[in-house]
Amino acid sequence: MDKELHDIYAELKTRGLTKEQEEKILTEIRYGGSHDMPGEPGSGAMIQGELHGFYDYHDLMSLQDMLIFMGGYPISLRSLDELMEKDKQRAKDGFPRKIRVGRMIKPGKGGKDRIVVVPTTVEEKFIHDKLAPPEKEGESSGGSGDGQEGDVIGEQPVHTPEPGSGTGPGEGEEGPHEVESSAYDLGRILTEKFELPNLKDKGKKRSLTRYTYDLTDRHKGFGQVLDKKATLREIVETNINLGNIPDPSAIDPTGFLITPSDRVYRILSKEKDYESQALIFFLRDYSGSMQGKVTELVVTQHVLIYSWLLYQYARQVESRFILHDTSAREVEDFHTYYNSKVAGGTKVVSAYRLVNEIVETENLARDYNIYVFHGTDGDDWDAEGKETLPELKKMLTYASRVGITIAEHAGTTHRSTEVQKYLEKSNLLTEKPQIVRLDTIREDSDEPRLIEGIKKLIS
Amino acid sequence: MELIDQHTKKIMEGCKERAQAVGLRFQDESLEYIVTNRDLLEISPKLMIPTLYDYWVHDVQVLQEKGKYELYPSNPYETVINTRPAISFYNDNNPDWLNVMIFYHVLGHIDFFQNNIYFQHTWDYDFTGQALSDKRVIARLRAEKNKWVDYVIEFARGIDNLVGFHETLSHLNSAVLDRQGRRLNFYFDIFLQSVLKVRVNDYVKEIERYNRCIGESGELGEKIFFSEIEQKHPEFETLFQKSLSEKPKKRQDLIQFLLDHSDFLNKEKNRWMKTVLQVVRNTSLFFQPQIRTKIINEGWASYWHEQLFLKDERIKGQEVAFARVNAVVTSLPRVGLNPYALGMRLFHEIEEMADKGRYDYEFQRLLDAETREIFDADTRQGRAFIFAVRQNYCDAMFVHSFLTQEFINRYNLFVAGKRLNKRKMVWEYYIKSRDVGEYRKMIQDSLYHPPHITVKNDNDNKPELYLVHHFEGKPLVNEFIANTMMGIEYLWGKPVKLETSEVVSQTGQHPDGSAGGVSAKDTSEVVWRRVVYTMENRKLSKQFI
Repeated sequence: MDKELHDIYAELKTRGLTKEQEEKILTEIRYGGSHDMPGEPGSGAMIQGELHGFYDYHDLMSLQDMLIFMGGYPISLRSLDELMEKDKQRAKDGFPRKIRVGRMIKPGKGGKDRIVVVPTTVEEKFIHDKLAPPEKEGESSGGSGDGQEGDVIGEQPVHTPEPGSGTGPGEGEEGPHEVESSAYDLGRILTEKFELPNLKDKGKKRSLTRYTYDLTDRHKGFGQVLDKKATLREIVETNINLGNIPDPSAIDPTGFLITPSDRVYRILSKEKDYESQALIFFLRDYSGSMQGKVTELVVTQHVLIYSWLLYQYARQVESRFILHDTSAREVEDFHTYYNSKVAGGTKVVSAYRLVNEIVETENLARDYNIYVFHGTDGDDWDAEGKETLPELKKMLTYASRVGITIAEHAGTTHRSTEVQKYLEKSNLLTEKPQIVRLDTIREDSDEPRLIEGIKKLIS
Repeated sequence: MELIDQHTKKIMEGCKERAQAVGLRFQDESLEYIVTNRDLLEISPKLMIPTLYDYWVHDVQVLQEKGKYELYPSNPYETVINTRPAISFYNDNNPDWLNVMIFYHVLGHIDFFQNNIYFQHTWDYDFTGQALSDKRVIARLRAEKNKWVDYVIEFARGIDNLVGFHETLSHLNSAVLDRQGRRLNFYFDIFLQSVLKVRVNDYVKEIERYNRCIGESGELGEKIFFSEIEQKHPEFETLFQKSLSEKPKKRQDLIQFLLDHSDFLNKEKNRWMKTVLQVVRNTSLFFQPQIRTKIINEGWASYWHEQLFLKDERIKGQEVAFARVNAVVTSLPRVGLNPYALGMRLFHEIEEMADKGRYDYEFQRLLDAETREIFDADTRQGRAFIFAVRQNYCDAMFVHSFLTQEFINRYNLFVAGKRLNKRKMVWEYYIKSRDVGEYRKMIQDSLYHPPHITVKNDNDNKPELYLVHHFEGKPLVNEFIANTMMGIEYLWGKPVKLETSEVVSQTGQHPDGSAGGVSAKDTSEVVWRRVVYTMENRKLSKQFI
């Protein structure tokens, strides 16, 4: 792996790199992580789970081992729609919406927290904020036991959920089933917010087992509704045959003969319902530069899209998941996609190429509407997009929508990442706004912003 | 929810007798309920008050990461609630010995609720009864006014952490003054300062003159004092009479101010909103003392469950099982803050110190370390002393007064710091300090403390409501300002301004410290500036001043 990266680096270097680019590439090479699924934290004095402050203790838990529940719609599921309705009403009354769809941490014993997707809210008040502690320094707490001042007494991995923030993906305890069952509800909520664009009739291989009933079949003699136009046509035909219309320029309808079988009715009939099929590719940059918040953002956004798809197009949508650093690989399920750790370098082209290959070899373009969602921090070793752009163009020939999300690191200038630059330079965004969409979000964006982003990518 | 069975109730009654025998004082009646998980689902969003009013937010998972305790200051998940009679909640499969332990713990809390002066305003009524009637009022209003009830609840809850808790208490404790006392107060507090505007020097001279009069002439002194004033300032008596007819100005919290002065709320068609505001305010006031007495209350209850359990002859033979549970509850964590552990140890420490007479002046004036070490006046006043502490202290005072370096050393406590080790990508926890000053500061920082925000509407001619956030070294949570102010604007009916402080820049970050070594002292310097937020027509704007 490392050697491979160095090879690419050497090759790029011979082609010439700016100092800045070189630095970025080198940090990624040096990062030296691996894409494991997170497992048990290593040995040593690990601090597990959340640290408790005074107010985290209460008698029910401490004395009787009983849990308390701070609200939670699962207990009143019937009211979920009511809640959403209420929230809509707020907007109409001129107040900001208050229900957010978000992911919650369900703390479990021994640090085995689960992430569950639920609607949440917050009650705003004037409260004191903590002064941002100096960088690299967390909040102080109390402690007891032996040791000299300055002694390190324990450590906790940064990228598993740490107390306070607690929303890091890549923690790996939850089963795929968990994602999907709660995702379904999230999808219900998201549904009213957007739907898939450019859905064309393609293939129609899949039919719902559902039937619809419609007044489409015609029947002579009897039925539910008289089809006047068709009936008139029949009458005219009969009378031509009978010779009742000698001169087409002077028709006298009073002399027409009408047989009972001339009457055409529409009758109710059973129709099989076919729907268009869609295939979604989720692409995620899991290179070393994607550490921390940016990955969280990208993954969160994809969770939202995925949840919504599961609900809205449950039987019609297939999803494929692709992770890439300098090379791309397809993973089997959303679980792996969601939880894999970041490491390695960045070549966006690898992912696009893989998508193109899959589409080509499996001949997907003929039967499916294809959507591609790509999340990245905007870094690309291929700074000019020389390799990437041709692959992207190829993708555009068949895709119904390509949505690219760039989660910018804090501290970078807005809209100055490599991917952003070469996309803008290529004019693809302006030439094919129906097909390519780009959404650039800052590292500190919240979930409402992500949903805005999805609307932008999808609408 | 159902009541505990007769067998268990009998155990509880036995616990009460034993607790009262050692000096705990509480109302005789109490109710104990068995709760299932299902019940907990319903009552925990309602802060364990089964009759609390309904509000849709209770049905939604509330985001708690930011400012959890500042937003939900009640922290009421004691196993017992402060009602008359006190109600407590139990698992249905607790063994008897465990119930005994919990009963003693609960009785400790009930004693605390009913004797600690911070709870004084809750002593005269039963909150569940009050809450039930409030719940019905709100339900009736909701039937008429629909969603608007929920909006008003929402906006009122947005400012319910600014209720004048201490003002309420001080009002309960204000001394009743006779006419003469008022005249004296009027003279020194208002006449000299606001009417004559004398200099400090002259003010002090007047005090000296007063003391001299009293000293020389005893009871007649005051008359002599005032007769001199009347000669010098004939207008004094008239002004004083006038001041008597005026209602004394009380300090009002934001909700009270809105109730009295908002034109919007006082319109005929909006009057019902005032009822809602009152309900929200009263509910908030009820919960205020709970979060301010977390350490001392849990410490007190833990102290007593341990003392009483070990002396209870009914459950002899269960000491080992008890020790296991008790150790889990009251152990000092390696990193973290456990209120049971800290509070209980502090009470033990205080009792021991008071037993030896170390809070007396005789000890305080000793300077020799060795003499201090062995000092024991054998006053045996420890019990009485901790009862006085439970009556008069809240967390902040408790920690400030009794947490000493000796205590830190004895229990090996330290401030645990947390820093990022970039090389290993881990958070490292390290021993930051074993100094009592640092430790106290760390605790004070983690205690609940809502911002101090007052109304500054000197002349009511101005339409806007002007709020001042009195700066205490911390900014407000920025993202909450807009919606909170929007709520106030709605209730006020006109524009609202908020003056507060914000960070301009923060300099002097830590140097890139890798592992090992004591980290550099906090050198960060913060530059502040005052800003005014204006909420007008649901739009927020900001100016610097």
